[in-house]
Amino acid sequence: MTNLTLAMSLLLALAMVAAAIVAVQRKSLPVAILAAGLVSLLASVQFLLLAAPDVAMTEAAIGSGLTTFLFFFVLARVRGGQDD
Amino acid sequence: MIKRASVLLLLLGLGAVFASLLLDYVPSTELSLTATYYAERGAQETGATNLITAILVTYRGLDTLGEVTVLFLAAAIVGLVLSRGRQAGETGDAGGATAAPPAGELLSTGKDLLVPLILLLGVYVIANGHLTPGGGFQGGAILASAILLILLTDPMRRFSHRLIAALESVSGLVFVGMGVLGIFLAGGFLDNRILPLGTLGELFSAGAIPVIYAFVGLKVGAEFSSMLVNLSETRESRS
Amino acid sequence: MIAHIAMAAGFSLILIGLYGALTNRNILRMIVAFTLANTGVNLVLISVGYISGRTAPILDSSVPLADASARIIDPIPQALVLTAIVIGVGVTALMLAYAYKLHESKGTLDITKFQDLKW
Repeated sequence: MTNLTLAMSLLLALAMVAAAIVAVQRKSLPVAILAAGLVSLLASVQFLLLAAPDVAMTEAAIGSGLTTFLFFFVLARVRGGQDD
Repeated sequence: MIKRASVLLLLLGLGAVFASLLLDYVPSTELSLTATYYAERGAQETGATNLITAILVTYRGLDTLGEVTVLFLAAAIVGLVLSRGRQAGETGDAGGATAAPPAGELLSTGKDLLVPLILLLGVYVIANGHLTPGGGFQGGAILASAILLILLTDPMRRFSHRLIAALESVSGLVFVGMGVLGIFLAGGFLDNRILPLGTLGELFSAGAIPVIYAFVGLKVGAEFSSMLVNLSETRESRS
Repeated sequence: MIAHIAMAAGFSLILIGLYGALTNRNILRMIVAFTLANTGVNLVLISVGYISGRTAPILDSSVPLADASARIIDPIPQALVLTAIVIGVGVTALMLAYAYKLHESKGTLDITKFQDLKW
């Protein structure tokens, strides 16, 4: 395992934690949902670095594709409740 | 104030437990006993080179059956819970009050070009599940992404709920049926030796694994599509 | 080393997700936080199966059948996490459907306004 993969994995972990903090703290809900999708995408690359290509493919397709869109479908139909 | 302080206290305690787990963790250097069995005998017994597919479909096939059941329950409950909004939505849409603006040319042309390619990619990932990374779940999610693209471009398009439900039920029945066939013709439930194993690494090999996984992929794709279609057809909730 | 980094990231995601689920009042924000915690758990599970210096459990020309047990990592956590990811998205869809119905019944998504079950 080379230094490059170690550095990349460290960078990905830091970016994941930063995006997660943004997802929990921001006032605007669409930004929070997009940050959660970004966390899933970075986790998918981290899975690839951990030698798990099947799991990476599944997480990329489901976690950062379908889940984000499920959130946005419901958000569009719940106007007026999102600012509580 | 008290609530936030107690939450932070709880998280600090949990963080201390996690930190102690992390510091004591020594990564293993050898495969465990079960993993050694799968590594040495898995490819020859099942005929698949992707060991994860071999585990998911044959060795731990009952867990896959349980997961497919849970997903079916989730899709059915989402359809049931949102059905009231959908019926009212259909009578409301006749008035045209919630008509969406037509999609731009970029989106419709992109949809026409991309949807067949995405469907082809999904079928490819499902068909090669036993050889390369991929399989039923990944391919099913990719198929559902194609349906999502059509939904985004054309929100007023009515998908036939009956077709999706029929596809889902038939795939589930065939999946369980092939498992039961394994009891009569081969070693046990979901044994893949009911079809010939073939040579390692070919497309038509690994017995019944491609067939079983194809139906699992169809079922998963149909379930995700039904969830998306149900959510997309509900009308806007009153505020 | 890479397993330690991934495990630390996973544990942090679990803690951040729990914090978000416990302190937010909007139901949609709580569901976003649950999704984060789900991703964290999956990351921890995969990092347990990693063995340094080895590669993915797929046999091909670079990992021949003969020395498979010396060249691949543990395939069992990956099969478990595959199942867990798919079930996680199913549960998220369920939670979102219920959030929609709650908003339809009361007009608000603030969880402190739903007091019907309290004593």
